[in-house]
Amino acid sequence: MFLQQLVNGISVGGVYALIATGYALIYSLLGFSNWAHGEVAMIGAYFALLCAANISLPLPLAIAIGVILAGVFSVMNERIAYKRIRDNKSPTMFLMIAAMGLSTTYQNSAMLIFGSKFQVFPKMSSMTLQIGSINIGYIDMISVLISLVVLVVLDVAINKTKFGLGIRSVASNSYIASMMGINIDKYFSLVFLIAGMLAGSAGVLLGMKYTVYPTMGNVALKAFIASVLGGLGSIRGAIVGALIIGVLETMVSAYLSSGLRDLVTFMLLIIILLVKPSGLMGVHIEDKA
Amino acid sequence: MSSYVEGIIILVGINIIAVLGISILTGFTRLFSFGNAGFMSIGAYTSALLTVRLKLPFILAIVISMIFTAIIAYLLGSLTLKLKGDYFLIATLGFGESVRVLFNYIEPLTGGARGFTGIPKYTTLTITVISVVLAFIFAWTLVHSKIGRNLTAVREQEAAAEAVGVDILSSKRISFVVSAVFAGWAGALYAHNLTFITPVMFNLAKSAELTITTVIGGLGSLTGSVLGTLLITLLPEVFRSLAEYRMLLYGIAVVLVIVLIPNGIYGYREFSATKVIHKIKKMMGKSTPKPEEE
Repeated sequence: MFLQQLVNGISVGGVYALIATGYALIYSLLGFSNWAHGEVAMIGAYFALLCAANISLPLPLAIAIGVILAGVFSVMNERIAYKRIRDNKSPTMFLMIAAMGLSTTYQNSAMLIFGSKFQVFPKMSSMTLQIGSINIGYIDMISVLISLVVLVVLDVAINKTKFGLGIRSVASNSYIASMMGINIDKYFSLVFLIAGMLAGSAGVLLGMKYTVYPTMGNVALKAFIASVLGGLGSIRGAIVGALIIGVLETMVSAYLSSGLRDLVTFMLLIIILLVKPSGLMGVHIEDKA
Repeated sequence: MSSYVEGIIILVGINIIAVLGISILTGFTRLFSFGNAGFMSIGAYTSALLTVRLKLPFILAIVISMIFTAIIAYLLGSLTLKLKGDYFLIATLGFGESVRVLFNYIEPLTGGARGFTGIPKYTTLTITVISVVLAFIFAWTLVHSKIGRNLTAVREQEAAAEAVGVDILSSKRISFVVSAVFAGWAGALYAHNLTFITPVMFNLAKSAELTITTVIGGLGSLTGSVLGTLLITLLPEVFRSLAEYRMLLYGIAVVLVIVLIPNGIYGYREFSATKVIHKIKKMMGKSTPKPEEE
């Protein structure tokens, strides 16, 4: 029973991690929480669903299209709104308000286009693999596997490649990085593309496991809490935080009460902010007055 | 007056009170809160419990819920106002959502997710109008007092404000408590206007809506906030046929305002009749001496 819950928790945590790393990436570069991130996941899920159900494309192709289009929408947000706000030299908080506006826009567009009904992917296998007393759904296995591969690749890319060095330099100080000849707008767009594709894959995985609906992006709030728990701006922290939240939520639902699940998560958020606001693995925060 | 118009005025009035609270907090102190819907729900549930269970008179129930929200805001503020920037906002987000989930969970007291029904309809036009006028006078006096100038100093440059002897934490706390009390006040009126409340009415989206209204109206302006609320509440009523597109248009409007007119409609200035008259005269080609700057 306990092991089964642990496996479920890790499966949920893996999907949270895909979204949470996006928050971390964008926060480390721009210093703001991108509230439209969950809607990017929703957009990815809808496009994959449309391709799989309406045009009957093979599932892997449908997923790829969903993930790529999620990335495109994410870059579009940056180009249409965030970049202009940076150019206006408005306070950072304005980025967040714009993101909330985008989030409302996307959610309600989806509501008008697709209706508020819950939709499922066609022909999803509900088969499970039995190991001892534990049942693991195939979708869970795929989602853990995909999360694992994607996150390892991302971590290596950030820490070992020239591209990663560029991102880290922009994150450290975008002004100085631009003086050193780095095209920071290119890096901003790239990071939004990566974050958007990560969110898109999370959206598709959630859609395959459960259902697709216009407000499914709200799950990103949990991923956001995970990234705060791990330390805003830290990618490894976001992954650890996501796994902790995923496991904690399944455990609270299983052993206490599902009504208390969200309360425990939000209380954890407040406690971590009061005790160690920089999170488990975050760099120290300084006041940018 | 038709009951439809009366209903709209009450709705606008309630929103104005909640937005004025955010205006003081965000417009004049530059603190962002995603917890004010939580304070609204505390005000709503407290006053509803007081009038339904204890049969207290409405005015007394409003006052007690305002005091109760003030106490909670004071405690929460003392704990979290030391956090910088986003971290304070995230803490208030956690608070607001915790309150919502908690009200869902304590079903015997609140009715849980099914809602609190049978609240007497005590919120009349007179009570709303008096409340709005009182709230506006209080906010105006606060903003133009020594405390208000301290808040503006904190908004402009925290380090400099501290250097000239402004107590940052206590200034921020005053601002936070006042905004929470306004939210609680609005919540109490809201509960007794709708006669039915559920926790989901006071979710993160509601907190975001209050902040967005303030930004669209213009930061650092009380009259701007009133104007913003009028616009956001009345426009959907005017374009009734577009009801399904309401939230979509609202989302697009937010992005457009923040990108194209970052100061909002009336940012950092107050509406003044003399200036408007001057402008109109100028447009008609008459030259009049420029009125004094405020």
